[in-house]
Amino acid sequence: MSRPGSSPDEKGVSQNGDPGGQCPLFTNTLNAPVSPETRLLSAFARDTQARKVDLAGREYYSEEGKPFELRLVGKIKQQLSTDPTLHPEYPSSLGLREFTRKATEVALGKHSRAIVENQVLGVQTPGFTAAVRLGAELLRCWYDLSADWCGPVYLSSPCDDSLAGIFQAAGIQEIREYYYWDDKQRGICLERLLEDLESAPEHSVVVLSASAHYPTGADLSQSQWAVITRLITSRRLFPFLLLPTQALCCGDMERDAWPVQHCASLGMELLCAQSFSHCFGLYGEAVGHLLCVLKQNSVLLPVQSQADKIVRSLWARPSVGGAHVVTTVLSNSAHLVEWQGEVKHIVERCMLIRAILREKLRLLGTPGRWDHLTQQGGLFCCTGLNGEQVEFLSNRRRVYLLPGGCLNVSAINCRNLDYIAESIHLALTSSL
Amino acid sequence: MPSTAVKLGNILKVPQAAPVAVFKLTQDFNNDQFPNKVNLGVGAYRTDEGQPWVLPVVKKVEKIIVHDDRLNHEYLPILGLPEFRSSASKIVLGDNSPAIQENRVGAVQCLGGTGALKIGAEFLRRFYNGSNNTKTPIYVSAPTWENHNAVFSSAGFEDVRPYRYWDAEKRGLDLAGFLGDLESCPEHSVFVLHACAHNPTGTDPTQEQWKQIAEVMMRRKLFAFFDSAYQGFASGSLEKDAWAVRYFVSSGFEMFCAQSFSKNFGLYNERVGNLTVVARDADNLKRVLSQMEKIVRITWSNPPSQGARIVTITLTSPELFSEWQENVKTMANRVLLMRSQLKAKLQALGTPGTWDHITNQIGMFSFTGLNPKQVEYLVKEKHIYLMASSRINMCGLTTKNIDYVAESIHEAVTKVQ
Repeated sequence: MSRPGSSPDEKGVSQNGDPGGQCPLFTNTLNAPVSPETRLLSAFARDTQARKVDLAGREYYSEEGKPFELRLVGKIKQQLSTDPTLHPEYPSSLGLREFTRKATEVALGKHSRAIVENQVLGVQTPGFTAAVRLGAELLRCWYDLSADWCGPVYLSSPCDDSLAGIFQAAGIQEIREYYYWDDKQRGICLERLLEDLESAPEHSVVVLSASAHYPTGADLSQSQWAVITRLITSRRLFPFLLLPTQALCCGDMERDAWPVQHCASLGMELLCAQSFSHCFGLYGEAVGHLLCVLKQNSVLLPVQSQADKIVRSLWARPSVGGAHVVTTVLSNSAHLVEWQGEVKHIVERCMLIRAILREKLRLLGTPGRWDHLTQQGGLFCCTGLNGEQVEFLSNRRRVYLLPGGCLNVSAINCRNLDYIAESIHLALTSSL
Repeated sequence: MPSTAVKLGNILKVPQAAPVAVFKLTQDFNNDQFPNKVNLGVGAYRTDEGQPWVLPVVKKVEKIIVHDDRLNHEYLPILGLPEFRSSASKIVLGDNSPAIQENRVGAVQCLGGTGALKIGAEFLRRFYNGSNNTKTPIYVSAPTWENHNAVFSSAGFEDVRPYRYWDAEKRGLDLAGFLGDLESCPEHSVFVLHACAHNPTGTDPTQEQWKQIAEVMMRRKLFAFFDSAYQGFASGSLEKDAWAVRYFVSSGFEMFCAQSFSKNFGLYNERVGNLTVVARDADNLKRVLSQMEKIVRITWSNPPSQGARIVTITLTSPELFSEWQENVKTMANRVLLMRSQLKAKLQALGTPGTWDHITNQIGMFSFTGLNPKQVEYLVKEKHIYLMASSRINMCGLTTKNIDYVAESIHEAVTKVQ
């Protein structure tokens, strides 16, 4: 039988339908279009300038410029590796029960009425994306029954560029945007946001960031949430909340989860995708969670069985390593205190960087307002720079931002701060 | 509000999904108070003490990892740990695989074998046999692992069908039926093949039979999607258990192989899988991987690192690799021992019927051939839990319960028709 080979003769023979050669199977497969983020990463990688600065990464970087590790996590991993009671068994498809219980508690608060009344389902997922995917699939199958519901799903503008694809992969084709970040105001434009949601069809799903919005860092205030939840209720919209970096925004688990708790306390049905990768430095461990708050506990079992069915055809069961670490910390008050200490350190550092950057820009006389830098929270920040200015930064200064002008605050440190501030200044003052 | 509108609180209409049989079985077993109950429905390896087993080499490697300061905790690349992907592919294709040397082999680290099947299925649905051709028939063996159906249907394939495989009367492979289905199916159909230790029958084609299967598949342009969940675990030899996959590769197939390291590393809970892609050439491989990356990005984005690290460190260190092979042999040998003991005891008891199939079959599972009534008898009267299909997990047998099980089977066969 002829093999797929590189010699012209063999190719010629198989194209003539030689039974030994198969029809070219995948030659119609085009190279996948490169996402803006990937393009950035490759540009950064190819950049041979010593002075290049990558401000587009997704992880929290320490002052030394390395993805951070919690000392506590290292210790706990050592402990767990010598634990004789941990067995290599298939976990349930819904994950470790202790983990989902803890993950649910940190999002809703221990004494949440919804938990007490058994209206809550928690599913451990391999990471944040997986949690969103599972949520999308669940929505598709809830709504599928009465009508062919396939959207729309409303995403903030801007948002994580993989979100649309996730919903579409779950079969929900109609994706729309709602106005969120306003470049001029350098913040959320609530008016236009409300306009967009007012005109959303009933039963639309609205994806909202609970805290530390990616990629802008701009979050809704409590009073803004009050307005939005009223709108959601009156327009019968369904909230899908994102909580990828809980505790890294305000340094406090509770405060960062306030919107979730607020919605639940109003008796709303909701989904919430959580990740523990950032706040535990467990990026490589894919520790995610999908929280479902239902209106009645009578539907808990049906929803659980659907979730189980969906999970089995996606990844069967989640991996346990990271979840064990998280559970151990959250279940032990001494660990909890130590962990909170380390997290506070991260948050304070981010706040400090924001403040210093704002100050530097002020001293340089950089045009524009920069208050938003310190009004935002979390790892990410939207500078408000436009496309041309962002390109200037990458092409001329080797400073790489996310396409929308957003950057990862933690990637700024004492060694590159001055250079970055100067670069932003130049981007705004050079004639382009 | 129109009457057809969806009421948000209307989730009462969500149908309860049918419980998965094997998990219901385990539940019933757990609730049973009978002191001598036996669980032959479990899907994982158990020691002779009936306990799960952390492979000694895995314990060693876990310590290495925990103490290695150089390992960071960053997100893995979307396609996974590069060294994992290449060493995992090497394990199934062989170090000297010409396809690897020709740079047309790539892989995607996935969430277990299920994850690997999922990514492969999603890719095929989008790019195989035209674009988005959801009508391409997907053939799975009759019977097969129950999740095969679910994975391919949920990927969007509308036509998932059985191909003849198990001959209940002969208690063996229905080769004629299998080949018949291969000859009569639509061209370009996808066939899900079990690389070894067929689940649930434990019955694999011989090398000669695989050659026949390959010949028809090549001639009729059928796509081979291997599911390899038991390499090493079946015969104790990695090479032997990979023979069919390697034969297909050397025959020139472009194909997928979904690998799981759950069983042969005992890493059930770390979800270590690999989708090996054998493409026509390096350029095609690149395109395929780029599209798979997009699919992974919206499924789980970045895979978990722990299990992949354990496997990689083991496979790439000669000492640890040998130790692993020994551990795998330990598991395979215990299964083989239980098989021969069960057969011997049934023969000694004079249980009617032939029991050669128990030792002819391979891997974790065995189709005993008991009929549903006999199975019910075992479950209800003897508290021995097995699948309605008569599938038993040999790992559920131990030197302590094998007599009880043999006697019970004998009773079932003689009392219940």
